[in-house]
Order: sequence, then C-alpha cells, then structure tokens
Amino acid sequence: MSKPKVAFYWCASCGGCEETVVDLAEDILGVVEKVDIVLWPVAMDFKYKDVEAMPDKSILATLLNGAIRSTEQEEMARLLRRKSQYMIAYGACAHLGGIPGLANQFTREHILKFNYEDGPAMANEKKTRPQLVTEENGRTPRLPALTNVVRSLDQVVEVDYYVPGCPPTPKITRAAVTALLENRLPPKGSVIAPDIALCNECPRKATKPANISFREFKRPHQAIMDPEKCFLAQGVVCMGPSTRSGCEAACISGGMPCTGCFGPTSRVHDQGLKIMSSLCSNLEPKDEQGISAVLQGIPDPIGTFYRYGLAKSLLRRKVNLPTD
Amino acid sequence: MEKAVKDAFNQGSARANAAYEIGRRRFMVDPITRLEGHGKIDIFLDEKGDVERAYMQVPELRGFEVFSIGRPAEDMPQITSRICGVCPTAHHMAATKCLDDLYKVEPTPTGRKIRELVYNTFMLEDHALHFFVLGGPDFIVGPEAPPAERNIVGVIGKVGLDAGKKVIGTRRRLRELITYFGGKVVHPVLGLPGGVSKGLNPADLPKFKQLAADAVEFATWTLDVLKKIVLGNPEYVKMITSEAFTHKTCYMGTVDDRNRVNFYDGQLRVVDCNGKEIFKFAPRQYLDYVAEHVEPWSYMKFTFLKPRGWKDFVEGPDTSIYAVAPLARLNAADGMATPLAQAAYEDFYKTLGGKPVHHTLANHWARVIEMIQAAERMQELVNDPEITGTEIRRIPTAVPQEGVGVVEAPRGTLFHHYRTDERGLITMANMIVATQNNSARIAMSVERAAKGLIKGGKVTEGLLNKVEMAFRAYDPCLGCATHSLPGHLPISLRIFDHKRELVEELRQD
Repeated sequence: MSKPKVAFYWCASCGGCEETVVDLAEDILGVVEKVDIVLWPVAMDFKYKDVEAMPDKSILATLLNGAIRSTEQEEMARLLRRKSQYMIAYGACAHLGGIPGLANQFTREHILKFNYEDGPAMANEKKTRPQLVTEENGRTPRLPALTNVVRSLDQVVEVDYYVPGCPPTPKITRAAVTALLENRLPPKGSVIAPDIALCNECPRKATKPANISFREFKRPHQAIMDPEKCFLAQGVVCMGPSTRSGCEAACISGGMPCTGCFGPTSRVHDQGLKIMSSLCSNLEPKDEQGISAVLQGIPDPIGTFYRYGLAKSLLRRKVNLPTD
Repeated sequence: MEKAVKDAFNQGSARANAAYEIGRRRFMVDPITRLEGHGKIDIFLDEKGDVERAYMQVPELRGFEVFSIGRPAEDMPQITSRICGVCPTAHHMAATKCLDDLYKVEPTPTGRKIRELVYNTFMLEDHALHFFVLGGPDFIVGPEAPPAERNIVGVIGKVGLDAGKKVIGTRRRLRELITYFGGKVVHPVLGLPGGVSKGLNPADLPKFKQLAADAVEFATWTLDVLKKIVLGNPEYVKMITSEAFTHKTCYMGTVDDRNRVNFYDGQLRVVDCNGKEIFKFAPRQYLDYVAEHVEPWSYMKFTFLKPRGWKDFVEGPDTSIYAVAPLARLNAADGMATPLAQAAYEDFYKTLGGKPVHHTLANHWARVIEMIQAAERMQELVNDPEITGTEIRRIPTAVPQEGVGVVEAPRGTLFHHYRTDERGLITMANMIVATQNNSARIAMSVERAAKGLIKGGKVTEGLLNKVEMAFRAYDPCLGCATHSLPGHLPISLRIFDHKRELVEELRQD
C-alpha cells in the first residue's frame, strides 16, 4: 500500500510556523516515515507543475500556513484545495489572518507612500515608486502587484481543520498529524486543540478571581507584575479567558500576559467581542466618565483584542477598503 | 555509521535545512506583503550577447511600519518579531531597546544582563546553524561536491560522528535558554522598557553555567573545524580571495567604547574601503548617516551612507555603499571584546593580508570568530553575580516621544525607530533591517556573477548555482534572511536578448 501523501505550503507568513514543523520532525520520526511529502517548498525541491499534474484529491492533507494576500497565493490555495482530501489551516495567519491582518486597517496607498516617500530615511526627491513594469534603455524588469486586504485561508477556500498558534507548538502539531494518520479526526471544521479557555491550563489559575471589578487597567510596562498572580487580578489585560488553550501558557511562563494567538474556543464567534464584553461588564465605575477613565488603560482595542484575528473577525477591515 | 545516529543526523539535517530554507525563501525586506516565494533576477544582454544589466529584484512588501500606527509602543517587541520567524529575537531586542530610548529609561543591571545573555545565546545558535548546516557545508564538504553531499550529513562524514551530535545537541540547549526567559523560542516575549519580564531563578543557574562553558568549547572547536578543513585547503583559500567574490565597499558595525565588536549595544562605526574610520555615531543619529534609495524595479530599498550621497551601484574609495554582517562588523571594529575571539581575530587578518578584508566569502570565517565572542560573553554573564538579581525591570516615568533602538542581528545592523504621542501610541515606525543594509552590495555581487558567467549569449552550465554563491556568502535574508541552501536557490532568472526578447527562463524552487 502506498503511503499517504502530505503537502506543506506557505503564504503570507514570517517563517515561524515552518520552524515548528521542522522542530517537530525529530519528535515524530515514526510519523514522517509513514507519509510521503509531495510538496514542501521550504525544505524540498518540488515544482508547481508536478502538483498540477496530480489527480484531484490524491493528497491526503495539505497543511498551509500564512495569510492570503496575493493572487499567486490564492491560486496556490485553490490548487492545493482541489488536490487534497483535507485542507488544514496551520498557524494563526492561515487560521485568523494573523498579525499581518492588522494591515486591514490601512490602505495599500498608505503603505506604499510611507515606504517610498514619507519614511524618515527616504532619499527619494523624485518620489520613485516600484513599478509593475520599469522602462530603462528599453529593458523592462517587472514586479507583481500588491493587494489591499489580508484574508484568512477559509475566506479563500474551504478549510477542513485548523491548527492554531503563533506559532503552533510542536505538541499540538504532533497531535493533529497523529489524528490525521490514525483517522481519528474530530468533526469537520474543528480547531485541533483543547476546546477550553487558556485559563484552564494556566499556572496562575488559582489566583484568578471569581468576581472581579476593574478600577483601572495597567499596561504591562507600567507596573512591576507579581510573577505568580493572575494578570487580570493585577489589572493587566490578558486574553486568556477568551483564548483557546493548548500552548501550555507559554507567554505567561515568560512573565507576560496572553495576547490571544490560539483564537477563540468553538463556543465563541468573535474573540475580541467576547473579551471586551467580559472586561467591560466588570468595570467598577458605572458612569460614562468613570468608564472612559478606566478604558484609558486599553488605548488600542483593535491591536489588543484582535491582534491575530482582525481579518477573520466581524470587523474584518477598514470601512470601504477594496479587496483587490 | 550506526543507523540510529544516521537517522538523527538526517533528521537534524532536514530540520536545519528547512530552517535555512525558511530564511532564504523569505524575501522579507522591510515591512512586507509577500507576493512570491521567489526572488527574481532579470538579466539583459547586449548585441554581443554579453550582460548589459542584471536586476536583482525583491517582489514583496508588507506593511509593518504602517500597521504599527496606533499600537501601544510596548507591544512593538512582540509585533515586530513577526517580521521574521527565523530571527525573531533580533527584532524583539531592537524593539525593546527602542522602548528604553523612547521612555528614557535605563534598564536595571540585571535586566540588561539577562537581555544580553539571551541575545548572545541567540547569536551563537543562529551562527552555528549557518556554519554547520547552511552555508558552511559548501566549504567543509567542498564547493565541487555533489549537492546531495553538501549538507550536515556530508559534514559528519568529513569531521566525524560526534560533530553532528554536538551541533544538534548544543543548538537545542541554546534554544532552551531562550525559551526559559522568553516563554517561546519563536517569538519570545521578555522585552519591556527598562528591563525584562522574567528573572533567573538561582536554582536554575548551574545548568546555564554548564551550558555557557560547553558553548565556549563548542565555538572554539568550530574554529578548529574551519581551520583544519577550509583553511587547510589552498583551493578554498583561493576561492575565498578570488576577484569574483570581492567588493571594495564601506563597512558598518556596532562597537563598544573601545571600538570592539558588540552585538547588543554601542555606537555605529563606519570605515571606508581602506579601513579608515569615516563616521561614528550614536543610534539616535542614524538619520544623519543612513538613507534609503528607491529603484523602480524592486520593492527592496537600497540603503547608503547619506553624507556621501547615492552614487549608483559602484565601489571604491568614494562609494556610499556599505556592507553589514560578520565580516563588516570585524572590519568596522578594532578588535573583539573577549580574549579567545580576539586571538582568532588577529589570526584572521594576519592570514588574509590585513584590514579590511573585502572578500565576501570570508564572512564564513568571521562568523565563527563571532560565535566565540558570543559564547565567551555568555560565560561572563552567567558568572556575573547580578545575573540572578531580582531587580529585573525599572518602571518608566518619562513622557514618551521618540526612540531609536539598534542591535547587530546575525546578518547585520538592525534599526528600529518609533515616534509616539504622549500616551506611548505609535505615530511613526521605521525599520531598516539587516539585509537591506547589504542590498546594494548584494545586487552588485549578483550582477558581477552574471557578467562573469554569461558570454556571447551562452548561458554557462550551473549559472544559477554560481549566482547563488554570490548570494549565499552574505547569509542573506533579503529582509531577514534570503539564506540559500547548498545545491539550489529559490530564484527565477530571466534572460532577455538585445531586442529585449525573453530568450531563457530558469527557475529553481
């Protein structure tokens, strides 16, 4: 019997997901021997046309990381979707749009203008911009175009499963791959990580108050934090209550609050709304002035509550931002 | 070779190769939108079929600088680390130092030392990856060896089984140290203005002392490997010093108050192609010395020395083009900051005929000298009583306005510059990443390789590999690391004849 075929691919991402897959190899030596990797541009030499020539659904699963923000990435996602039985969104960018999705608050023109004209180190009096086609003594080097909007993978193709995290941990990756190979997959559309909030596995869980009343929010640099005590109990925003567990509270073990990279649990539609409603319903002041004074401590709600999930959220993008 | 050992090596090799590929595939120049997984080189021929012009292009641009606007400055170390998952620690640390400057807060001695410990550990780990698995095998196994052998397995064959175990094991332990303080090794979280978020428990110190001692042994052993195998072979030395891989440009690096190499902090020093100091400045003054030039055919900007003005892609005594990364750091300094590294430094210049060294391939040797300094510095830090101090952070009190943070990333000088409103929300962020500082010199190297290899319209066999070597010597990450693996390069190369018709397209995945 031939081995099941697996593909890895990446789109708009930083490379951290690939590092995790790579770190995993040592752990799952046995698993790797059981599969035939048909596409892994980061580590192996394969050609696009080889994938194109494969019969539809002949790949068992594609693990794709990175957000989608170019036509090339979109085409690749569609091609791999067609060739694969399972399409797995791997990591926060494919799952939720990720940190690059924060760009959905700004236009392409804003980005280009800053990068090539307004940046403080620019020496560009002629306001030269990179051109899709350049003319220089009859020579015409070409560049691809940039798009406006960042999308999560499931905003482009149908996704069967999600492996969350920025980056996912080797442990949850191993669990997902094992589930796949042993055909013990959860219902379609599942995020393959424990379906419970991070607080559940947080080492500071015991100090999480049952009832909390916020008089102020402190930003992490503004106070020396107790290394044992729940961040929320110290008035520091922690995304733990509205974030799925599975990372073993990695950032918290580094002395910093959760920023939400695993996304919400299955019972929550919008991670940012969930935490906002939870925090705001526990503010001590009840008058408008008092409330806004407390909220001074959260000066960037988008970056705080939607750091990884803006592209996938109900907010999604700046009003009237074109998608192309 | 024992099967289990072989398997372990193969796994290690696959992992490291993949990590390498990550870097080299990522043309993340600067706040970027990834558009293609490939770098692009368009080559135009003249009527005789010789190369008239080669364009080394980067087809990507994300928008990190712009989408940082409105974010609380203290989030920047975690946001900007996502520029690159291969060297997140460099961005994290540059951003953290930028916060110190922004809030005018001096880190506590313990906070600073923990940062330096993490940073030197990262430097050693990243350089070791490059030397043994990525660029190094080219030399250790031999540039003419089949690509299939030019990897860590080939390295093992050359230097013995223990080498592989040592490389894989040491890197793993170094990464564990980063995880201890940072929570995660990919995208760590320790950096805050005035210090760090987590201290060192004295109970954990012995294990790190042992690691630091082993690290020094590991780094000096690496130098022995280099000397025995690479420098012992006259063919290699000839290649390192060949004209094809030599460019006379300026060099930039961070130095301490005695002009010695420092990765974490100091002043920026620039020397000209004769090795004479032409500029020395504090990070805050960078805008007086560094400027960015735009070419319409690449999303990557070309950085140059502002006082000299942009003078096109030329080299020589008046050039405004400068290089960064290990060789540049050594050229820009008067020496190393630790004794074993200093001895290696003196030997380096004695062997290669004095300062400065212009041979791009000498970066591999310079990198090993830096590994020794990083390891010796780790050892100094873990033996410093303050490393286990409990005052790990100082709370900033100043009203923030503007800050600049600079570190030496493995691949060269990395600038972060933020302006904020009085609440510390970003109003402007500018980042000049390591490889962007090298971009003009890399473009020149690629063009030279093309000119040397294409004559009379004939494309020499192995063109891509040779062009790759022009790249690889920089350990380039066009933005963070366009590393290139021995054997192949992820570029597409198009050749146009004098009528501007496309005559050939080579694509290497």
